[in-house]
Amino acid sequence: MPSNPWKEFVAAFATNRVALAGCAVLLVVMLTAVFAPLAAPQNPYDLGLLNLEDTKLAPGTRSAVTGAVHLFGTDEQGRDMLSAIMYGLRTSLWVGFVATVLAFVIGSTLGLLAGCVGGRLDALLMRVADIQLSFPAILIALILVAVLGQGVGKIITALVGVQWAFYARTARGAALVERNKEYVEAATGLGLSRARIISCHVLPNCMAPLIVVAALQVASAITLEATLSFLGVGLPITEPSLGLLIANGFGQMLSGKYWISIYPGLALLLTIVAINLVADQLRDVLNPRLQTV
Amino acid sequence: MLAFVFRRAMQSIAVLVLMSAIVFAGIYAVGNPVEILVSPSASALEKEQTSARLGLDKPLHVQYVRFLANAVRGDLGQSFAFGVPAMELILQRLPATLELAVSAILIAIALGIPLGLWAGLRPGTLGGRAIMGASIVGFSLPTFWMGLVLIMVFAVELGVLPSGGRGPTSPLLGVPVSFLSLEGLKHLVLPATNLALFNISMVIRLTKAGAQEAMLSDYVKFARAKGLAPRRIVGVHVLKNIMIPIITVVALQFGSVVAFAIVTETIFAWPGIGKLLIESIGVLDRPVVVAYLMLTVLMFIFVNLFVDLAYSTLDPRVRLR
Repeated sequence: MPSNPWKEFVAAFATNRVALAGCAVLLVVMLTAVFAPLAAPQNPYDLGLLNLEDTKLAPGTRSAVTGAVHLFGTDEQGRDMLSAIMYGLRTSLWVGFVATVLAFVIGSTLGLLAGCVGGRLDALLMRVADIQLSFPAILIALILVAVLGQGVGKIITALVGVQWAFYARTARGAALVERNKEYVEAATGLGLSRARIISCHVLPNCMAPLIVVAALQVASAITLEATLSFLGVGLPITEPSLGLLIANGFGQMLSGKYWISIYPGLALLLTIVAINLVADQLRDVLNPRLQTV
Repeated sequence: MLAFVFRRAMQSIAVLVLMSAIVFAGIYAVGNPVEILVSPSASALEKEQTSARLGLDKPLHVQYVRFLANAVRGDLGQSFAFGVPAMELILQRLPATLELAVSAILIAIALGIPLGLWAGLRPGTLGGRAIMGASIVGFSLPTFWMGLVLIMVFAVELGVLPSGGRGPTSPLLGVPVSFLSLEGLKHLVLPATNLALFNISMVIRLTKAGAQEAMLSDYVKFARAKGLAPRRIVGVHVLKNIMIPIITVVALQFGSVVAFAIVTETIFAWPGIGKLLIESIGVLDRPVVVAYLMLTVLMFIFVNLFVDLAYSTLDPRVRLR
């Protein structure tokens, strides 16, 4: 009976209980984000639903006006925090996901080209990537944000600008190994075009390390976006992500109203830890040679 | 070696010029600072005058060439918002950031090495596993959220430490510092710890890996056979051998710590260059933003060069290209 690689992968992944738990948490987080408009008790963007008397209610308080219970309390505008967090999670995950996919596609393409074509293109791309990677991500992101300005599209562009280099380096490294293998020689011998060899033969064989990098980078994309939004240079106030919610609650923190920024922070933390747990296990399963300190 | 330094210097200048062009052109494209600088009721004539005074009415390439010519002489322009040279503004705030960064590095070493040794010498025990677990959390925690938690616990709930600001400073060789007075130290503890968290986790992991490996080595076995006390084996022989990589990595982190201070300074209202940058981005104070970025890039170029040179000195197998 031929072995099923997908089944083998699932079995290997499931050996780590903690990673499975991370998977479960991640699933819940993603479902919450996707179905926020249906599941949230309130539409936090609908200003007509807000009451002045409901502002800064402690967690678990029943609203005197609507009679609804606010599990996570309300913010300084009387917005239900649970709903705000669900919508914020939606924005944070969406931005992180789109940025990761774009960085993956752009970075891998450039990296594969550099690895397979070589020469001047390779030297130039890798020089740029090296220089960029020698600066911390937050600095590159701030330069890009200062240059691009604010807005969802611009933040995504900045995140892609920060992260493409990781994919480019990984893809180039994998491509350098793959291009000397016999199947590439065979494909060249068959007279296939270079574009076809790169996209149909080399690329699939470079996927495993790229997927691992992507899994690790999603978490850092989400953290970076949250940090920028917290600093007030990220997403606009009309589309509050978790970082912006935390920033809004920061002003209330000193008067003891902790829930406005602590709960969005916990949601962010839960998401990031879950992603990291899954990513670590993915790395162990797909690429046992790649080990961090 | 000399050829390497020369090539790197050339490359660094190219990076600086390129970076300045990107930043200059990009920031030029984002909004008009005149709208923010003059009062909303100002007439068109007043706006024009402000624009002419700041040189904003000239075409972009003229502005850029003038900026480069001044930059070479160390003049990075006047701050729009404060009316003083951007360089002066940054140099004024720099000691606060440097004090914060150095404190964070020292905390990371002072806490990270003992904790890492503990975990490395007793890997299977509850304490060792707890330390390693905590270090994983320390890696994933977003800095800014941890800062909020620190403020909530120590400033709001316990009320033992101030929530922000730098507090009183005392001059040390003409530079204002916080750590000489008790009140200043109190203000320094929370932001420095917050900034140190990531590096504490990193030092713990490096020390643990190093100690575990060193304990299996021949020189430790020999020292044991010789009858040395375990304290002396760990304190002198193991520590000496694992310090080199730790110190190198921590030194390499210095630049990142200064960059990440942007976040910590904003949370704790620490009057350093990071907070200045965020404020300047907010009011479109172009000269300050450009000056900050140029200086930070310059600092990174020097740190990276220094680390490369240090590496090749410490480990002759590393060849500089």
